[in-house]
Amino acid sequence: MKAFTALLIRDMRLAFRAGGGASLAAAFFALVSSLVPFGVGADLVLLGRIAGGVLWVSAALAALLSLDRLFQADFEDGSLDVLALSPISLEAASAAKILAHWVTTGLPLVLLSPVLGLLLNLPPRAYGALIASLAIGTPALSGVGAIGAALTLSIRRGGLILALIVLPLITPALIFGAGAVADAMDGTGRGAFLFLAAFSVAAVALSPFASAAGVRLNVGG
Amino acid sequence: MITALANPKRFLDLSRIVSPWTCAFAVILLCAGFYWSLFATPPDYQQGQSVKIMFVHVPAAWMGIFVYSVMAGASLVGLVFRHPLADVAAKSAAPLGAAFTALALLTGSLWGRPMWGTYWQWGDARLVSELILLFIYLGYIGLWNAIDDPVRAAKAAAVLALVGAADVPVIHFSVDWWNTLHQPASILRPGGPTIDKSFLVPLLIMILGYTFLFLWLLLLRMQTEILERRARSLMMARGA
Repeated sequence: MKAFTALLIRDMRLAFRAGGGASLAAAFFALVSSLVPFGVGADLVLLGRIAGGVLWVSAALAALLSLDRLFQADFEDGSLDVLALSPISLEAASAAKILAHWVTTGLPLVLLSPVLGLLLNLPPRAYGALIASLAIGTPALSGVGAIGAALTLSIRRGGLILALIVLPLITPALIFGAGAVADAMDGTGRGAFLFLAAFSVAAVALSPFASAAGVRLNVGG
Repeated sequence: MITALANPKRFLDLSRIVSPWTCAFAVILLCAGFYWSLFATPPDYQQGQSVKIMFVHVPAAWMGIFVYSVMAGASLVGLVFRHPLADVAAKSAAPLGAAFTALALLTGSLWGRPMWGTYWQWGDARLVSELILLFIYLGYIGLWNAIDDPVRAAKAAAVLALVGAADVPVIHFSVDWWNTLHQPASILRPGGPTIDKSFLVPLLIMILGYTFLFLWLLLLRMQTEILERRARSLMMARGA
């Protein structure tokens, strides 16, 4: 547990200090969502209608862009080999890294989302659903993303293949996340939100094992 | 049986006997199925002749999921038992599955044009999940090609296939979650098939024909892959 906490704090420090990766993801999230009106026009009714989906897609892309930090830097400077030899299991190490990724990437997106909802004219009754769905759903993005990041470790420029692997797998999160916001706007129950929660729980619970398998096949041997 | 097949030589000998038979079955079944479904079935009272796209579309869509489960099963065997041929099987199955899925998407949208008045219907859960399945196939193939070391690539791809296998049930049961324009599942239903018998028999023959076609192509691709690896190691031995 001590090693878990130490690893978590180390990863969070690295994200906040070196290169400022955490704030970059949030800036990317804000930028992509504010580019959308230039693409679809300034019609406030239309923007309010699609705001939930736009914010969810932007959040997925922002989480995706910051995934290469998750294992890649540690792989390149050799600290991943040290981690593999240390008494803490790779599963626990992956869980710590996923948690650190969520705190430094997912959480800022959740906090930023109401402001961007305001820019996109999201109806007031949907703000709760937007924040709650992002808070529930972004851990799934970090978890599934970690699997992709671990599997593509040894590929030198793995960014594109990482996106190709991760994006189809996280579509349920997108569908249910955007669906939860739409449900809140139309007052059509909270089925999508519950499905999102189920998907997120499953993804977060299983992803440390799959990412540890991915790391294991890439370090050593 | 499975361990005996781990010997590539034995597998090659056996598959050279089996594959002509699968080819023959595929040709006979597909010819019979095409004739029966295209000429011997009546036009649908609502859809007219365009209902016959179903005989190409439904088996392809079914094969997309079937091939994925074959791939995931082979990946599991490869990962757990370190079975060398299972990796070859999973690698060889992926492009076939992608091709079947692409065919299902193509015929689905051609069928959608007269049925829905549009080539693509985002509200249709099954078509959309086939599209996602195609992307999963492409990611899998891309991962295989991106990693140089074949042993490492096999393991990484196997993990990805198993993670994706967790999504295949989601794809399959998404029919029940939000089906809109397609009719609800009509063959695999608790109350028995609702599709008319004159359509069902040729449809099943087509599905069987597609399956044998897949088996034949899979054996062919596996043979090629094994020979290719052998040629590569011979070249490396000569170079060294």
